[in-house]
Amino acid sequence: MAARKPVRWHIAVFLAPAVVIYTAIMIIPLIGTLNLSLFNKGADGVEFVGLSNFATLFGDPRWSASFWNALGNNAWFFFIHMLVQNPIGIALAAILSTPRLRMAAFYRTAIFIPTILSFVIVGFVWKLILSPIWGIAPGLLDLVGLKSLFAPWLGREDSALTTLALISVWQFVGIPMMLIYAALLSIPDEVLEAAEMDGITGISQFWKIKLPLILPSIGIISILTFVGNFNAFDLIYVAQGALAGPDFSTDILGTFLYRTFFGFQLQLGDPYMGSAIAGAMFGIILLGVCVYLFGIQTRLRRYQF
Amino acid sequence: MARARASLGRTVAAHAVLITWTVIALFPVFVTVVNSFKSRRAIFAEPLALPWPEHFDLVGYATVLKQGDFFGYFQNSLIVTVVSLFFVLLFGAMAAFALSEYRFKGNLLMGLYLALGIMIPIRLGTVAILEMMVAGGLVNTLTALILVYTAQGLPLAVFILSEFMKTVSDDLKNAGRIDGLSEYAIFFTLVLPLVRPAMATVAVFTMIPIWNDLWFPLILAPAEEVKTITLGSQVFIGQFVTNWNAVLAALSLAIVPVLVLYLIFSRQLIRGITAGAVK
Repeated sequence: MAARKPVRWHIAVFLAPAVVIYTAIMIIPLIGTLNLSLFNKGADGVEFVGLSNFATLFGDPRWSASFWNALGNNAWFFFIHMLVQNPIGIALAAILSTPRLRMAAFYRTAIFIPTILSFVIVGFVWKLILSPIWGIAPGLLDLVGLKSLFAPWLGREDSALTTLALISVWQFVGIPMMLIYAALLSIPDEVLEAAEMDGITGISQFWKIKLPLILPSIGIISILTFVGNFNAFDLIYVAQGALAGPDFSTDILGTFLYRTFFGFQLQLGDPYMGSAIAGAMFGIILLGVCVYLFGIQTRLRRYQF
Repeated sequence: MARARASLGRTVAAHAVLITWTVIALFPVFVTVVNSFKSRRAIFAEPLALPWPEHFDLVGYATVLKQGDFFGYFQNSLIVTVVSLFFVLLFGAMAAFALSEYRFKGNLLMGLYLALGIMIPIRLGTVAILEMMVAGGLVNTLTALILVYTAQGLPLAVFILSEFMKTVSDDLKNAGRIDGLSEYAIFFTLVLPLVRPAMATVAVFTMIPIWNDLWFPLILAPAEEVKTITLGSQVFIGQFVTNWNAVLAALSLAIVPVLVLYLIFSRQLIRGITAGAVK
């Protein structure tokens, strides 16, 4: 008698719907795009060119200057998010999860509202507020006597990208806040009571007890921020247009890809180079995610309650 | 006594921080809504003043409502969002359960395969998707949008839900098995209720990009009768860039429905969270 394990059909049933839809609508079209990046227009029609599109992208001065500029801007965009958005999100969640805090639901909803607004609204509203013509921002600074600090931040090369990153932080701080909030609430009361018995309360309780327990969630929000930032496109597009002005100082990989793929103004769309940029973005993001999955996530301890 | 005072100080500080950020978060929304009720002159002269009777003017809303069918747009957005959300949550939770519960060959690979979708924007495959929808005769239908959004939402749902499902106690599931529950019953009756807070979180995060998406409605369903509200207001803003009354009114109208939708879900979110995870 061969002692074969029975086929566990239920695993297939659980997986099938998600895998089928995901493969058909997402993976197959994406493979189509990556495949396209290996072709280009040659002397007689479209021909297979191997990796030469990528060589052009990284090395040919006509392309590489834009590419490295976009990559550098994107890295700065991500840096601001990690430095500003996630600490603020964690701090707000920690304060919100204080037991018996009044109006917690109100604060949580209010802080999350920018996140639910569309980029169309966010980009337009902030442009209005920061506009030197309409001038709510200069008016407000005038009230506190700091009018001299005002500058058309979105219009200056040295400040436009940082301003947009901060607008994006303003919009998305609700996401780390919600995830960390849920994680903090799922810490069992017994653990916290035990800590209180040992005299660990308040801020030291946060650092010594809660923070280690929510580290896996912080890992998740970091990687989500990374992926989100390197896919970002909409806010820059809505606020600065596809040209990511002034003088490409807010150009990130998403806008660079859009301009290349679909064309703009007088430049015709180039699906082949566009696909190569998409491929490069894919590689960068894959690298970051692998660093997280194999370098960081495996070292995090998880606790079952 | 000293302890009570210290905790009072902490409460005040906590409220001060939260109020500060609440003001920062709501200020731009406030400015938009308030100015949408004012006359053009008042918008420029006193942008921060409330719409008192002398400035009060509904000309922006009048312009907006004469154009386009905002109620129809809203209905389309609602159908697309709710149906996609249902499929994302159901299929995503099922796949997350399979990945986090069972050891089988290719588990890690399957997890990585599904996580790929978080890393690459589905937009990169737009051309192929459009060709597929044309071949299937689904262009200008809400079905096309629902299919795309379901695929788009699944990877993140699986990723977050499987993280949360790992924290559901094994003893509980094994107790269920000893009592003779099938694997399906364990999933639907034991595990799903326990990860409700995570489900609500995923629901909110899935809903927002779907509701606010401009890209796929523009490409897959630009016809008047299937237009979503985001596309509707974008087209509108594009037409009236210098008509500030109309633009501010359109922005305010676009904020309201998503706010209502979020408030409905956040009820669930709060109920889910306060019902407690596995305490």
